Parts: sequence; C-alpha cells; structure tokens
Amino acid sequence: MSRTMTPVHFSGAQRLLHWTMAAGIVAMLFIGVGMISTVAPSYVPLVATHKTLGVALFALVLVRLALRVTLGAPPLPADLPPVMRLGAVLSHWALYGLMIVMPLLGWAMLSAAAYPVVLFGDIRLPPILPQSDSLHTLLWAAHRWLAFAFFALILLHVAAALFHALVRRDGVFEAMSPLPQRKTMPER
Amino acid sequence: MSRSSSRSPFVPLAVIAMVVAGSAAAFAYTAGWLSPERLTPSRLVAALAPPGGPALGHRRNHAKGICFTGEFQSNGNGMALSKAKVFTPGAWPVLGRFNLATPSPKAADATVRVRGMGLQITTPDGDVWRSAMIDPPIFAVSTPQAFYDLLGSAPKGPEAMKAFIGRHPEFMAFAGWAGSAPWTSSYAEDPFNSLNSFLFTDAAGTTRAVRWSLRPAATQMPITPEELARKGPNYLEQEIAQRVAGAPQRWTMVVTVAEPGDNTADPTKAWPQGRRTVEVGTLVVNKVIAEPDGPCRDINFDPTILPRGISVSDDPFPAARSSAYARSYDLRTSEAKDYPRTPVSGSAKP
Repeated sequence: MSRTMTPVHFSGAQRLLHWTMAAGIVAMLFIGVGMISTVAPSYVPLVATHKTLGVALFALVLVRLALRVTLGAPPLPADLPPVMRLGAVLSHWALYGLMIVMPLLGWAMLSAAAYPVVLFGDIRLPPILPQSDSLHTLLWAAHRWLAFAFFALILLHVAAALFHALVRRDGVFEAMSPLPQRKTMPER
Repeated sequence: MSRSSSRSPFVPLAVIAMVVAGSAAAFAYTAGWLSPERLTPSRLVAALAPPGGPALGHRRNHAKGICFTGEFQSNGNGMALSKAKVFTPGAWPVLGRFNLATPSPKAADATVRVRGMGLQITTPDGDVWRSAMIDPPIFAVSTPQAFYDLLGSAPKGPEAMKAFIGRHPEFMAFAGWAGSAPWTSSYAEDPFNSLNSFLFTDAAGTTRAVRWSLRPAATQMPITPEELARKGPNYLEQEIAQRVAGAPQRWTMVVTVAEPGDNTADPTKAWPQGRRTVEVGTLVVNKVIAEPDGPCRDINFDPTILPRGISVSDDPFPAARSSAYARSYDLRTSEAKDYPRTPVSGSAKP
C-alpha cells in the first residue's frame, strides 16, 4: 500500500524500452568491435546492421527520455549510502548521454568521410556534415573511445543492478525487472 | 530488514564478478584481442606497407594517382539487368581517379604492373555507385587470406614466392597476364575491370551475377616497360592530363552476365567465352585534376557503396576491400598534415 504518489516500479512502457534498448545497445557494441576487426563477408551486413540499429536506438532513446521526464523514476532506497547514490545518479546521466551522442557521432563521422549513409530497407540518410579530414578523425576517435567507455559503464551498471538484486535486496533491481511485478513489495 | 545477517555475501559477489568478467571476455574475443591470428583490416593494411613504412597521408595501396571528372552516358540497355537509376538513359556526373597499384606515391610508372581506376557515379535519386577497378582481367588470388599471404611472401624473394604458388596455384593465371599482357603509355588505352562479381537486380526482381569492364575507345599502342621508363617516372599523369585537355577520353562499360554454375566467388576464375554481354553506356572523362587538391583525394572508392539494384555477391573480396579501405581512409585522413594541399596561388611559399 503506497502512502504517496511515488511509484515503486518503472512503468511497463519504461521497462519494455529499457530491456529492448539494453539488448540493442549490447548488440551494437559487440557488432561495432566485431565489424572493425574482420575482413570476412559478414563485414557488409554487420556494418548495415550497425547503422540501422543505431538509428533505431536513437529514435527509442528520445521516446525513453520523454517517458522519463513525464513519468519519472522510483526513488532510490533511503538507506542507500551517499557514494552509491551519487554513482547511481551520475552513471544514469552518463548512460543517457551516451545513448544520445553515440548515434549522432556515428552519423556525423560517416558524413565527414563522404560515405553515403545507407540503412537496411534502402533507407538513405542525408549527410549532417561536409567531408573533413580533421572532423572525421576527431569523430571517429570519439565514437571509438566512447564505445569502450559505454561498455565499461554497462558492466558497472550490470554489477550494480546485481548488487542491488542479490546483496542489498532493496527493490532497486525489481523496479526495472523484466519479470511480472511481485505481489509483496520489499520492505523500505 | 529482510536481510539475514547469517547469509554470506560471498556467493552473490562471486556471481557478479563472473558475470562482469565473462562479459568483458566475450567483448574482448569479439574485438579480436584474444585472437592474434585473425586477419583484421589493420593487419591487412599494415602488410601493404613498403619496407620503409607507409606513405603518411596517402592511400595505403594504389597510392599514386590523379583525379578526374566527367560523366557516365547511360544508353538504357542496363535497365534489362538492374533497376539502378544509373542505367536509365541519361548522363550522370562522375568523379574518379587513375592510379597505380603501389603503396608508394613516388613509385616510377614503369615499376608498377597493375593500374587502376576508382570511379564514383552519382544519380539524382541520391544513389552513389563507387567501384575500384584494375587492368588485369582476373585477380591474383582467390581469397583475402591468400592476398595477405601474398603480401607476406612477395618481399621474401623467389623461394618464398615458390612456396606461395605451391599454396595458391591459382596465382599462375595472374602471373601469366603480368608476364604477357602489353604495357601502354596511357591510362586512356587501358581497360579497367571490376574483377569481383556483383548482383544486379532488375525491376521485376530477377537477380543475376555480373562483372563489368570499361573498354577504352583509344587504340592500344603497346610499349615496353623500358620505353615507358625513358619517358619519365610520372609520364602517365602528364600524358593523361594533356590528352584529356585535348579531347575527352572514353570507355565503354560492358556488363558480363554469369550463367548458372559460373564461379562468382573466385575472381581468379574468368568466366567462359560467349557469356551474354551488355554495353550499358560510356564513361567520358573530360577533366583531369592533380590529387593534392583534387575532388578524388578524400573519396574512399569502397566497392560496397552501391546503388539500389546492385549488391554484393558471394565473392569475398568486396567486403574485405571495404573493411581494409575504411582502415586506410581512417589512417590517411588522420595524417592529412603529412600530405599537404597545394597552397593557393599568391600565398607565401618558402
């Protein structure tokens, strides 16, 4: 029984988006490092998938941000140590930032190399920058290094989620759990 | 609190550590960090470098070249094979590059056996078709791995090459071409071949494997490499600039259609004589521009950049070339300061 309007769980739409995008983002990171380290025939479909999925994830993160702004998020447990609270807040801002920036960097990087941006389904995106050696170099380096940072942050996020689920058992994991809501709420 | 003080956190923490370590290991494996034997684009491109190291700021192969512009005059015949706009009747703008297959932009013309042409045709529907062709009718090796083997063997001398040919006897067809095909003293007299097979899909959805060639309109005037050497180390670029300034130069684009059973996956295998061919149009080159400030300089002639109606086939090379060309492009654009553009006239010069 809730005494306030504050939700205990993220909404169903938010959870669906979280887990769909989680799968998509992990796939993007593995496809990214895989495709740039192969000369096999799979290179061509991997690159096309990377571009297409990247654009799709960019569209999804905009919806997700809108939901976050309108529906909010359940509060963190009151007994969460300040360091973990700060880590939770900062890492979530960083994750949102990367979800928005990475597709734009990829699109800009291809534009600065004068590559046509062709997605599955013969969808063509216009360039968002003119060809530029220096911009391409900068954007490519940013896309690459931020991808590694993104993966590291996701590992931290997974470790923290499991820590909440298995060690603290404080309801934070359940707030975003893909499983049906449990009848009994964790004690607060 | 529901947490029991008697429950040890060791097991959950071990589970978390295993999940994180396992994910990181899977990522490292996918990135190739745990597989030093994997043929990556970086290793392929590094293997192209001459003994003194790569020419910074330049393409890692086909490094010596000159830009051109012109148009592709499509006669409409290609519509029978592909729905690509480029094959509808009309004239579409072209950007390209004549080049020599060498990692050294300063190589003397007569020291380079293979010549190439990078080509980009753009159509008003926004489609871009890029290709990078060379003058032999067949390629040297059947697979990208064999090409890497060739790059490693060639500098080691005749014994290493003998061993290489033992591993890759298909190389002999290319060696036969290199030993017997006439040299010319003009890019305008050279044919340029796609070598790789691609798929053309027509408006009805029928897909056919094809290769294409650009056949020169200019009469071929054979010359020995010794005679070419006497004309100077950069004769080809001087000659094509003068020749095009005098009159536009033309090539006919001929598309050859495979029949069922033809080997489309191996560019060392020519298809049998008598295959259906379609003349789809004429490439007209009407301006030649030096590379440092030329429009081809910053273009990657990636053969997988294709219009709707053309796609890659089971030939493994376009994917490998795309991957390696991207690596070369990333390297050379980051080294642009090592390949300065020509200062605009009037600016201070030392």
